[in-house]
Amino acid sequence: MKRFGRVTALGGVDLAVPAGTVLGLLGPNGAGKTTMVRVLATLLPPDAGRATVLGLDVATRPGAVRRVIGVSGQYAAVDGYLTGRENLRMIGRLSGLGRRSARHRAEELLHELDLTDAAARTARTYSGGMRRRLDVAASLVARPRVLFLDEPTTGLDPRGRLGLWRLIGQLSAEGTTVLLTTQYLEEADRLADSIVVLDHGVVIAMGTAEQLKAQVGGDRLELQASPGTDTHALAGAMAGLGTGEATISADDSRVVIPVAHGPAILPEVAARLARSGLRVSDLALRRPSLDDVFLALTGTSAAPSTSDTATVGSRR
Amino acid sequence: MTATVAPRDRVRMAGPGWWLANVATITGRNLHRLVRVPTLIAFATAQPVLFVLLFTYAWGGAVRPPGVARYIDYALPGIWVLAIAFGASQTGVAIADDLATGMIDRFRALPMTRSAVLAGRTTADAARNLFVLALMTGVATAIGFRFHAGATAALAAVALAVAVGLAFSWIFAMLGLLVRDPESAGIGGLLAVIPLIFTSSTFVPVATFPGWLQAVAKVNPITVTVDALRALCLGGAAPTQVWPALAWIGGLLAVTVPAAVLRYRRTTAR
Repeated sequence: MKRFGRVTALGGVDLAVPAGTVLGLLGPNGAGKTTMVRVLATLLPPDAGRATVLGLDVATRPGAVRRVIGVSGQYAAVDGYLTGRENLRMIGRLSGLGRRSARHRAEELLHELDLTDAAARTARTYSGGMRRRLDVAASLVARPRVLFLDEPTTGLDPRGRLGLWRLIGQLSAEGTTVLLTTQYLEEADRLADSIVVLDHGVVIAMGTAEQLKAQVGGDRLELQASPGTDTHALAGAMAGLGTGEATISADDSRVVIPVAHGPAILPEVAARLARSGLRVSDLALRRPSLDDVFLALTGTSAAPSTSDTATVGSRR
Repeated sequence: MTATVAPRDRVRMAGPGWWLANVATITGRNLHRLVRVPTLIAFATAQPVLFVLLFTYAWGGAVRPPGVARYIDYALPGIWVLAIAFGASQTGVAIADDLATGMIDRFRALPMTRSAVLAGRTTADAARNLFVLALMTGVATAIGFRFHAGATAALAAVALAVAVGLAFSWIFAMLGLLVRDPESAGIGGLLAVIPLIFTSSTFVPVATFPGWLQAVAKVNPITVTVDALRALCLGGAAPTQVWPALAWIGGLLAVTVPAAVLRYRRTTAR
């Protein structure tokens, strides 16, 4: 539990990240994702509850935790007046690498994050994406066993994003435990072994990407009724096709139905429309977005749990 | 052919050795930054030189302190302190900037010793001050300044000036941590320095002040340290002047170092 004055930023978080896996922490702005990372990275003391990293309690053994973690925050924290190479060497030295190791590791990471050409330039001449990559490199200097990445792909171009995704996959395959916050369902879908959805400091859903999508109801069929067409009749015509209740919005004459096997039911939708004679001006099959996840989940949000525990890098 | 294996020299991450290594790394960081910004070097070099020339030529004709042949012999120790205080106010700006940009967060998530970020900054300041003192003394010598109490006293004067700088740097580091906003830290720093400098014996003898201001000036630590520096440069009752200055500096450091380190431990960005 973490309170700021009267605001409870984290109030019901119970999560465990098995060692060597990637956990995606998903949520809108202000959901408590960053606070969660800051508590786990020993930057904020929890007000109540317990958080451990590799079995080390962040409140009582912060020094030991700092030796096994790497942190890349939401804003690229690199020294603009030092070159990319100097930044990484400095972090290496402060992480306990000897002079030679620090040099060697800096070159390795500059290469891995595609910064070798810019290594001798001061970081303030870097583009946003380059600074971001340098910041991620800095979090990897000490070969951390647990890595916290707070919205790591914000500000990256598609190529940089793909490169970082590949790197995270590789690190995870090598046994690094990764906790990644993101606002993009696609990113969590691609990288995370399991996903936790956070809203107002409370875990509102947890599971694999597949499980979450199933909870939201998979794809959605959207029908836009033509002027003069009765939306209730339209919903009635589609009865039995969806996996859940149809949502009818009278304002914009729209019918939304959650469906399981999207493309497979389209011929049936067309057949029923033809048979009933009801007219639609638009018909779309849409994948669930993060918005849908929230719409579906916030209504049935879990009551805040009284005992928060966060366990990162636990034995499977 | 032999394959190159990544060297694995790790450092023992505990004890005074680890602390010293951390301080050295952060000192290196700050000295690097200093030489990276050519305009900063230019201004930081020009400012102390300007101080020496302006005060000597603008005030030197009007102010005739008793017992000194040339005003510059009287004024230089005070100008040292002025330049060092102005320079130290940059430390508040730098620390506030590190907070604002998340650099301090990065450092705090590393297994480095807590006090090294501040100690490294103030050590770099001391190195810069040594350079600034040499520069100012060189320029002053070219226009007539002389040490009158011998080489040992001259060196002691420089050492004392560096110690004064260290106390200033820690005060401003603390200010930076408290104020958090770089621009406010800069203005706040100067706001603290200017009244202290001008209500002291920095430029004119305290005896010329009105009575109430004399009382203020006599307890002003700037007066105490400038008088000690002056005694070491001009000769005279050096020990009786130097001890109170050392007591002030020691006392300030004894308070500000632990307070700033404690503040650093508890500070988080936002």
